Amino acid sequence: MNFDFTEEEKQFRQEVEDFAKTELPADWDEKALYWPAGYGTLPGLEKEFKEFHDELLLKLGRKGWLTIGWPEEYGGMNSMIKHAIFDDVMSYHRAPGGDVSNAIAGPTILLVGSDDLKKEWLPRIGRGELRFWLGYSEPNAGSDLASIKTRAVDNGDEFILNGQKIWSSGAHIADYAWVLAKTDPDAPRYAGETLMIVDNKSPGITIRPIENICGICSFNEVFFDDVRVPKKNIVGEVNKGFYCVMMALLYERLFVGIGAFRRVLDELVEFAKETEHNGQPLAKDPLTRDKLAAMAIEIEILYGFYWKTAWLMDKGQVPVLEASVLKLFGTELGRKLAGAAMEILGMYGQLKRGSKWAPLRGLVSLGYMDSVSGPIGAGTSEVQRGIIATRGLGLPRK
Amino acid sequence: MDFDLSEEQKLLKQSAHDFLSKECPRELVRRIEAGDEEFPPALWKKMAGLGWMGLVIPEEYGGSGGSFLDLVMLFEEIGYKICPGPLFSSVVFGSLPILMAGSREQKKEFLPGIARGEITVTMALTEPSASYDPSSIHVKATARGDEYTLSGTKLFVPYATGADYLLCVAKTGEKKRPEKCISIFIVKNKIPGITITSLTTLAGDRQCEVVFDDVTVANTGILGTRDKGWPIVEAILENASLVSCAEMIGGAQAVMDMSLQYARERTQFNRPIGSFQVIQNYFADMWTDINAARYLLHKAAWKISEGIDAGMDVAMAKSRTGEAYRRVTTLGHQIFGGIGFTKEHDMHLFHERSITGDLNLGQGAFHRERVARRLGL
Repeated sequence: MNFDFTEEEKQFRQEVEDFAKTELPADWDEKALYWPAGYGTLPGLEKEFKEFHDELLLKLGRKGWLTIGWPEEYGGMNSMIKHAIFDDVMSYHRAPGGDVSNAIAGPTILLVGSDDLKKEWLPRIGRGELRFWLGYSEPNAGSDLASIKTRAVDNGDEFILNGQKIWSSGAHIADYAWVLAKTDPDAPRYAGETLMIVDNKSPGITIRPIENICGICSFNEVFFDDVRVPKKNIVGEVNKGFYCVMMALLYERLFVGIGAFRRVLDELVEFAKETEHNGQPLAKDPLTRDKLAAMAIEIEILYGFYWKTAWLMDKGQVPVLEASVLKLFGTELGRKLAGAAMEILGMYGQLKRGSKWAPLRGLVSLGYMDSVSGPIGAGTSEVQRGIIATRGLGLPRK
Repeated sequence: MDFDLSEEQKLLKQSAHDFLSKECPRELVRRIEAGDEEFPPALWKKMAGLGWMGLVIPEEYGGSGGSFLDLVMLFEEIGYKICPGPLFSSVVFGSLPILMAGSREQKKEFLPGIARGEITVTMALTEPSASYDPSSIHVKATARGDEYTLSGTKLFVPYATGADYLLCVAKTGEKKRPEKCISIFIVKNKIPGITITSLTTLAGDRQCEVVFDDVTVANTGILGTRDKGWPIVEAILENASLVSCAEMIGGAQAVMDMSLQYARERTQFNRPIGSFQVIQNYFADMWTDINAARYLLHKAAWKISEGIDAGMDVAMAKSRTGEAYRRVTTLGHQIFGGIGFTKEHDMHLFHERSITGDLNLGQGAFHRERVARRLGL
């Protein structure tokens, strides 16, 4: 056993740290109010930050940091641990790091894509030139993804796409859709879906932003109306889309914004030290101390699951159980942390961004709302527990 | 990063598992717990033969020079099989303090005997205040020429009845800062003035009240240096907390494994109960709880093995593990239903140990306070 990083990994962390300090705008801390493991406050999804994010992605691409976990022959560093270090540092600064492009599209193309697909897309993703949004969920297909109705009909060199997606995070600021559509409605469950890349500028696409409960337009509903998709944009085999989706979900689960947990804890500890309450620093209040210590312990545990998942991936294993636990534990911790933060801030917790009285720049009032999203998005807690029990521990489904 | 056990550690765990499966069946655990039988000397000898008592004792003192992490691996198996007996007290409260603070002569005198299983030692630390604060030490050592006399009462002393020596933590002065005048005495057990009374505890684990009434100890009996005992106690409490975590995690794993098997076999509404989502959710939470604690334990134990300060990690591990073991056991009970509430079923053995494990060596809140201090609060 060894719980330390190599010298090279430590150096890499420092390099990312330096990058974040020099490349993020001076007022970034004021602007970015990302809540850990939430999906509603990701700065990369906010229109306001689009220009900055576009530039940042190109810079990250030049550094080779959008492809850290990819094999070396595709410009990667072949290290999920380093990828995890990168995301730890970036999320500590609440900065956008990777997204659907390099965390889902890239790895999936690497696993199941044809050589042509690899040649066309991987270099552009690696350079940070384009962004994808994830076209999986539909109004009647949330946890039950196999129930999608969006239909792609074979039409010679192309598919004709019709249907509706929802909860499409970032569709309003992305360039391409990563769409799962039904190609064989008569096939048994999980055997009639196909994964395809759809240009956001295609005629027939309507994107309607939806405002989330934080007051931010992070996701959308998207309508496809006779949208033409060239066959060369099919990812993997036709009717094998479900398996392609499942394969790449693991990679997505490393994105829990882990550094932002650490950051909130640091800020709450500072707050407790600086705030007078009942004639003494809040930091002396036993209940506050207990809450902060409990959160520190849970965050340390989250790091344990985080590093272990990355380490297993580097060993070439498919950590189904660990990745689901990471997602489950992280997003539920996001809620617990929001609750604890509110209790520590007391009445001040309700003050929103912009109020001169708001502690932590109004982060907690926003985060409390956003913490609802984590255990719901990207596979609910119930779905994760089901995966852990059946695929992880082998319990029977019937 | 490397989350894998070494080959030697895997072997140690496997051999301990196999050995205890054969030599320490649940019937024996039950008889000992009920007080019908003491820990069998023959079994103790076999365990010594496997090198368990000398695992962390250096080779020059008759041990095998293993790491603290190795010890933790062994105790996960001990906990899995809920093996009772003085192994914990003799290794953690006996050999470790002597190793840490003893003079060369003291090490030579005691460690080889402990490693061979011929001498058992325990520590008389806590008192009726049931606290781990230096201000709670009231047993007094009064110097008289070349000797000291010890007086006062110790409580919750593990396996004191069978121990050959007691490491008695006592006050050797009166200072504003009590941690500056605490010393540890090596006392031969059952000499005049010592009265030992067994406590009737939930897990039948042979904790005792030990009363010292003008017990005479030569000044050569001080472990290490006079007045410098408290840092040793602190270090031993950290070690003991982690070994206790290892036992608890092993026990929690056993509960989960037993429950998993049952949930696959037990049929209600014409299907195995393990196919119900409610039950599946319990297992997801059990796995998460156990492995969360296991990570904290392994990281802390690794730090101790590497000589890195592990104060924060130990506090995190102990606070989380006791509570996790209790949650896991409660869920296990829920899965077993009525049969788990009977004496004939084994669940109660784990239910008892989950709560006593949480209570001893500092509960969740005690250790969270230690975490809070280390956060700079």
